[in-house]
Amino acid sequence: MNQNFNFISDWIKPDSRLLDLGCGDGSLLADLTKNHSIRGYGLEIDSQSIEDCIARGVNVIEQDLNNSLDNFADQSFDTVIMTQALQAMRHPHLVLDEMLRIGNQCIITFPNFGSWRTRAYLAFRGRMPVTKQLAYEWYDTPNIHFFTYSDFEALCSERNINVLHRKFIAEQFPDNLLKSLWPNLFTETAVYHLSR
Amino acid sequence: MTSIPLEPLAVPTDSIGLVSPQTVLIEKPLTLACGTVLPSHQLVFETYGTLNSDRSNAILICHALSGDHHAAGFHEGDSKPGWWNHYIGPGKAMDSDRFFIVSVNNIGSCFGSTGPTSINPESGEAWGADFPSLRARDWVESQKLLMDHLDIDCWAAVIGGSLGGMQAMRWSLEYPDKLLNAVVIASSMKLSAQNIAFNEIARRAIKSDPDFCDGNYLQEGKAPLHGLALARMIGHVTYLSDEVLGKKFGRELASGDFIDGTADPVEFEVESYLNYQGDKFSNAFDANSYILITKMLDYFDLAREYNNSAAEAFAHAQCKFLLISFSSDWRFSPQRSQEITDALIRAGKDVSYAAIDSNQGHDSFLLPNSRYQAALGGYLNRVANQLELSQ
Repeated sequence: MNQNFNFISDWIKPDSRLLDLGCGDGSLLADLTKNHSIRGYGLEIDSQSIEDCIARGVNVIEQDLNNSLDNFADQSFDTVIMTQALQAMRHPHLVLDEMLRIGNQCIITFPNFGSWRTRAYLAFRGRMPVTKQLAYEWYDTPNIHFFTYSDFEALCSERNINVLHRKFIAEQFPDNLLKSLWPNLFTETAVYHLSR
Repeated sequence: MTSIPLEPLAVPTDSIGLVSPQTVLIEKPLTLACGTVLPSHQLVFETYGTLNSDRSNAILICHALSGDHHAAGFHEGDSKPGWWNHYIGPGKAMDSDRFFIVSVNNIGSCFGSTGPTSINPESGEAWGADFPSLRARDWVESQKLLMDHLDIDCWAAVIGGSLGGMQAMRWSLEYPDKLLNAVVIASSMKLSAQNIAFNEIARRAIKSDPDFCDGNYLQEGKAPLHGLALARMIGHVTYLSDEVLGKKFGRELASGDFIDGTADPVEFEVESYLNYQGDKFSNAFDANSYILITKMLDYFDLAREYNNSAAEAFAHAQCKFLLISFSSDWRFSPQRSQEITDALIRAGKDVSYAAIDSNQGHDSFLLPNSRYQAALGGYLNRVANQLELSQ
């Protein structure tokens, strides 16, 4: 797991059931299985990622998150996690509801569009930001929703979702004081731990 | 026990080479699901690769409706390899350099293992239509007796497509500690009404042939070739997709033309192809076997004895699972594989599922496909790595 995301494992109970929506190459699931004894499954549609998961011995299910997740029963997982994919969902708010229907808790990470880097990019270049977290041109990007962590908090409160923990990460900005004073400015990736 | 690959002369170098079948008489009684006891039965099988010193690298191949023991390599003098040659062989997804692969013709079939064309010891005549009805679990029980005969304690994997996948699932429930992995390809936990309907049309085609003689055609010295060919033609169309038939044949003519006034009868390429396939099959397969095995398919219901709960059924399994489906397969659609996957997840079992894009219909599981190759090969590569580490 990425060094900066180690705290996620503190939010996940050992031996619990975990569903990873958009699990990529399965490295998070492999890590949590090895070090945290979780029993996990990942959903993925990218064929190379699926092959990587299989090679790692990670349980991977080929299923499109934009289609129904009806095949998963209510509260059938302890935690449902989604890393860096919410902005690519057709209906992020409905996916969020589904995550909290299937899981007792959910963990979500997303690129913060309100960070100083993206703001500066748009302000000074007058063009849609292409950054490390949002590394696509506007015309060819899986990222179809752009939102800041403040937008996300507003959505949570509208939908009566409890924020158990929040963590803001700025990989290239180590100044914790600035991050705590203006998190929306200095956060590149937001990480939320949620429940109903 | 290994088939010794002989000098591979005109044989493609990426195949296992020349192989030959073995025959074993299993002298332990086999009690079938219907209650009939076969005091002994004969099995014909092939093996590819070498069994390792701790006898842990064996894979069981389970064939489908019309399959046989000849899954890979070439028989002497044959130009066509075994039915799963694309995926079994040195360096292939089921790698004969690393695994000892066992492929058996199942009872009730007609390629040398005990079935309707064998002699019923009680009557001294061929069993014919009197061969006892079979369930997929009977095949599993018979395969277990072969496993004992080969002195294998645990399969590294049991692998099958279609009806073969049903056997792999049944293995995981009947002998949970006798397999480490089940690979279930283009399969289902039970047939749909539409599937049963196609099977019944096929059976009726066979039974309508005057040479069927109520199933006693062997005694009468006849064979319902026409009915069996028709049954196969119906089946064959359902194993392909509309798209692949269109691409392969379109509306091309095998003979005749559309010009008004010509007397030549028009025959489309697809007609010619289907007739050829039907005739080829009816000369190679036994009509009673076809009826017997399509019935086995119809009756298969994985969860019936587990309160109709697939998750409750799979709670008994101990192995890991790989599920594979093909997008254009409308006999065993991806939805069926998704249902198996969902039940395994509910039961908390290890499972991966690859939904492969293919336009080849149900037959996709036999045909070359790079994603299928990568998923199956990647999965078994890991199985082999783990076995070799623990050697």
